[in-house]
Amino acid sequence: MDMTEVPAFVDIFSLVNLLLQFLDSFAFLVLAAVGLVVIFGMMGIINLAHGEFILVGAYSTTLAAVAGAPFVVAVVIGTLTTAVFGILLERSILKRFYDRPLDSMVATWAISLMMIQGTRIYFGNSITQASTPFGSINYGPYSYSAYRVALAGVSVAVLIGIYLVFTRTEFGLKARATIQDADTARAMGVNTERIYILTFGFGSALAGLTGALYAPTLSMSPEVGQNFLVEAFVAVVVGGSSVVMGTSLAGILLGAINAFFSNVYSTFWGRIALLAAAILAIRLMPYGITGVIENIRDRRRAGMSLRESLKIPAVTVLLGGGSND
Amino acid sequence: MLEMENVTASYGPTPILRDVNLHVEEGEIVGVMGKNGVGKTTLVKTVIGLLGADEGTVRFKGEDVTTAEPTVSERLKESVASRVRGSKVGDRIADRLVADGGGQVTANQRARRGMGYIPQGRDVFPKLTVEQNLRLGEGVNAEAENDLYDLVYDYFPILEERKDQKAGTMSGGQQQMLAIGRALVGNPDLLLLDEPSEGIQPSIVEQIGEDMQRINDELGVTILFVEQNLDLVQTMADRCYALDKGTVVDELDSDDLSDKEAVAKYLAV
Repeated sequence: MDMTEVPAFVDIFSLVNLLLQFLDSFAFLVLAAVGLVVIFGMMGIINLAHGEFILVGAYSTTLAAVAGAPFVVAVVIGTLTTAVFGILLERSILKRFYDRPLDSMVATWAISLMMIQGTRIYFGNSITQASTPFGSINYGPYSYSAYRVALAGVSVAVLIGIYLVFTRTEFGLKARATIQDADTARAMGVNTERIYILTFGFGSALAGLTGALYAPTLSMSPEVGQNFLVEAFVAVVVGGSSVVMGTSLAGILLGAINAFFSNVYSTFWGRIALLAAAILAIRLMPYGITGVIENIRDRRRAGMSLRESLKIPAVTVLLGGGSND
Repeated sequence: MLEMENVTASYGPTPILRDVNLHVEEGEIVGVMGKNGVGKTTLVKTVIGLLGADEGTVRFKGEDVTTAEPTVSERLKESVASRVRGSKVGDRIADRLVADGGGQVTANQRARRGMGYIPQGRDVFPKLTVEQNLRLGEGVNAEAENDLYDLVYDYFPILEERKDQKAGTMSGGQQQMLAIGRALVGNPDLLLLDEPSEGIQPSIVEQIGEDMQRINDELGVTILFVEQNLDLVQTMADRCYALDKGTVVDELDSDDLSDKEAVAKYLAV
């Protein structure tokens, strides 16, 4: 491409286009990642079948909507179905894999493959899609799906919801205690088994919700979940293990990068930029944005001035020696 | 209040406790002393139920906590097992099904029955605030009321001052107070302390010893603690057991406890 040419985003319509693309990208990153990051951040399981949890949500929503259920009801059905599915899977298989990250990856990958093929055998190569609500926004020479933009609002609501669940409820308090120290939590009367089941169910429900919300916008094939995997894992790598802070900051950063490169160059370059950002993030911030922020916070607590406390993490980030402990 | 009868416990294939017999009466402060590695922590964990006893009985308030009522799924497995038995394959399936059966009362259930546990190294939840840590202790006791918080804040005013601070940022002594407070909010009948002096400066150790005596005196809470700090054993305990190589080797009454040399020989390295 010709780099000397004036970028196309200088007129107002293009700016609006850039903004909408950012919102769309942010929503997709956040929603793709939340289920994965809850299950990874809270339980230490790297769920390679995450895409197939989304598949369960997408298919059950689509089937319900095509059968005549109003869209909102279909979304609820999809979310709940995935939660139940996740809990059954946790009880029957995954509970054996706590604290065994490598084994859990093999097991969840196997589940993923079986589910994709199982879906193909049972439903065939595609099923009828549900129609997209809302129509589109038109401005100047462009138009954008209003529904995809509305999902940005939903993704923010989902992040706030997760934050409230983990900080304001009895379940959230017990879940955080269990994750920090399961033995002590048990000695405080917490039924940790139940907390694991509920947390896994919650993570599954979030993945199901993502599948449900994107069901009308994607073609319903057995690989539909694979659309989300790259964004989900990139967002988790860049965000780190903090569910709400990590995911939202990763969503903003990566959403901006993706929107800019997609808009100025092409969707292809948007994708390349996203992957390049992930590689850089692994090199520079091995514990993600969460790690860098915790590092700064620890230094502040140790009595350094804000200026000083920012200095050292910045150096370690640039030299790539960032450590979290 | 608490009895251990011929209790044997192990981590995997390594036996740690052998034939432990001890009893704690209501209102007593009983110490268990011993050097590093004689099984003190294992003993406390076997009482609270974080580690199951292999053999023997732990009785709490007269009830055996080492045998639990079978759960629904255990009963289901049992009935399936009895049905498939008869053939070679059937027997193997049945054996698998009931292999990990015969459960014990779990730690969270024991806590709810009135055991308060203060783990070694405090083990407060570092990323939760002081108040959130206390609220977790309250979960044990459905009827916990506000006056229990007032009581805890009364014993340890520093906890009220710092209630919104993250527990991980406090000093060792303050974390120990929080761990004690967290157990007290659950309104326990028996407090279990695993080496309360570990990693804490001597003046604070002395203060914690006094606090524990006050708590025992004023609230009537029975206390069992394991310890290797000579001074704390002497000041706190009414009675003491000496533990060596995983078994009780001696029992010391209050007269024996005042004899520094008699006590020290079980603690010397």
